Amino acid sequence: MATAFEPKIVGFLCRWCSYAGADLAGTNRMKYPSNVSAIRVNCSGRIDPTLVLKALSLGADGVLIAGCHPGDCHYTNGNIKTLRRFKLLQKMLDQYGIDRKRVRLEWVSAAEGEKYAQVVRSMTDEVRTLGPLNWKTKVELAA
Amino acid sequence: MTKTKIAFNWASSCGGCEIAIFELGAKLVNLADKVDIIFWPAIMDYKYEDLEAMPDGTIDVALMNGAIQNSENEHIAKVLRAKSKLLVAFGACAYLGGIPALANTTNRDQIFASSYKETPTTENPEKILPQTKTQTREGELSIPEFYSTVKTLDQVVEVDYYVPGCPPVGDQVSSVITQLVDGPLPPKGAVLGASERSLCYECKRIRAEKKIAKIVRTYQTIPDPEKCLLEQGIICMGPATRGGCSSICLDANMPCRGCYGPLPRAIDQGGKMLSALASIFDAMTDEEIQKLADSVVDPIGTFYRFSMARSLMRRTKA
Repeated sequence: MATAFEPKIVGFLCRWCSYAGADLAGTNRMKYPSNVSAIRVNCSGRIDPTLVLKALSLGADGVLIAGCHPGDCHYTNGNIKTLRRFKLLQKMLDQYGIDRKRVRLEWVSAAEGEKYAQVVRSMTDEVRTLGPLNWKTKVELAA
Repeated sequence: MTKTKIAFNWASSCGGCEIAIFELGAKLVNLADKVDIIFWPAIMDYKYEDLEAMPDGTIDVALMNGAIQNSENEHIAKVLRAKSKLLVAFGACAYLGGIPALANTTNRDQIFASSYKETPTTENPEKILPQTKTQTREGELSIPEFYSTVKTLDQVVEVDYYVPGCPPVGDQVSSVITQLVDGPLPPKGAVLGASERSLCYECKRIRAEKKIAKIVRTYQTIPDPEKCLLEQGIICMGPATRGGCSSICLDANMPCRGCYGPLPRAIDQGGKMLSALASIFDAMTDEEIQKLADSVVDPIGTFYRFSMARSLMRRTKA
């Protein structure tokens, strides 16, 4: 029996805001899809674009990056650096032919459990509509 | 003393790597005391049959340059591998895909359409495209199959060592060949003839504060020859590129384009450069950042100019 497509989304969450926000969503027993595998990083500024590309090339259907709101970064401006990289990365994703909706940057504070749940819900829906990325297979088929 | 048997060969390449070997000049003559060149189609009359007729393992060291873009390249890579004790991916194309691998941003159909139909100088009224087999009165003719995705040498055969560069710099070529002939041999998989640190470490330019308010392309300006090019808004691949080339492009007031490939522990040269460049954008607001990001023309072609085939994504969606 064919099962419905469930997207695999890698979530890089900053330790100070977004991971705490996700924690809050959990402790408040909010309901949201389990498609995002959360990885805690010290700062969203730690998210090298290479990590996003690696996730996509190894089978992720989407990547969520979440950090503190601008001005709230624990390391002053790590999140702004992420924003700069993200904007340039989006342009490169266009060239790769990867839909921009597959890689998302969101600001989620430690108090925004509901926002985190909402981001995961909407992103899961969007990526589910886009379908599987299957990058490795695409590369192999284009030999 | 038995001489070391050396072979040179090329695949999808421009011939620049062969010139890099000629650059050895008189050293090449001295080398002849220690080595026998038993296969080198670029300069002497060797046929593939000569190579195929050799017993396996005949060649001590084979240096192959060029990317793998068609079935002929792949075939000869496999034959050379079988005949050689050591196989070296020589130059940016064999190691990383090089310039030919920019073809991975398109595909075979588009390349054929542009080369055989669309360019203004092409006259092809019957729209004939290359066919691997063609029937003629004299019999069947065949040409190699053209691949949609360009590969590095190590994506088709096992490779022992890598020598980066487009082309590898002369001094490095001579020390690499000496090392391979005289030993001791480095560990398998080593990148030879290059530094373990980024090009910035050997760059003589003055670095003050890394900030870019505006991206400038090389044809739009004559840069200050003393100051860091990145600080002048010119995209220089130095921070994400292995050194060892003696920064010759920078001495000529041109930015590094990245031909020495990624740093030792970097898995993706372009991603690293994207990261390095974007983080020094002198912009804080959404709009300012967007404007700077938009002014980077062709991120893939810039950041992966030489390393597309060895990048994480390897190609664009076909």
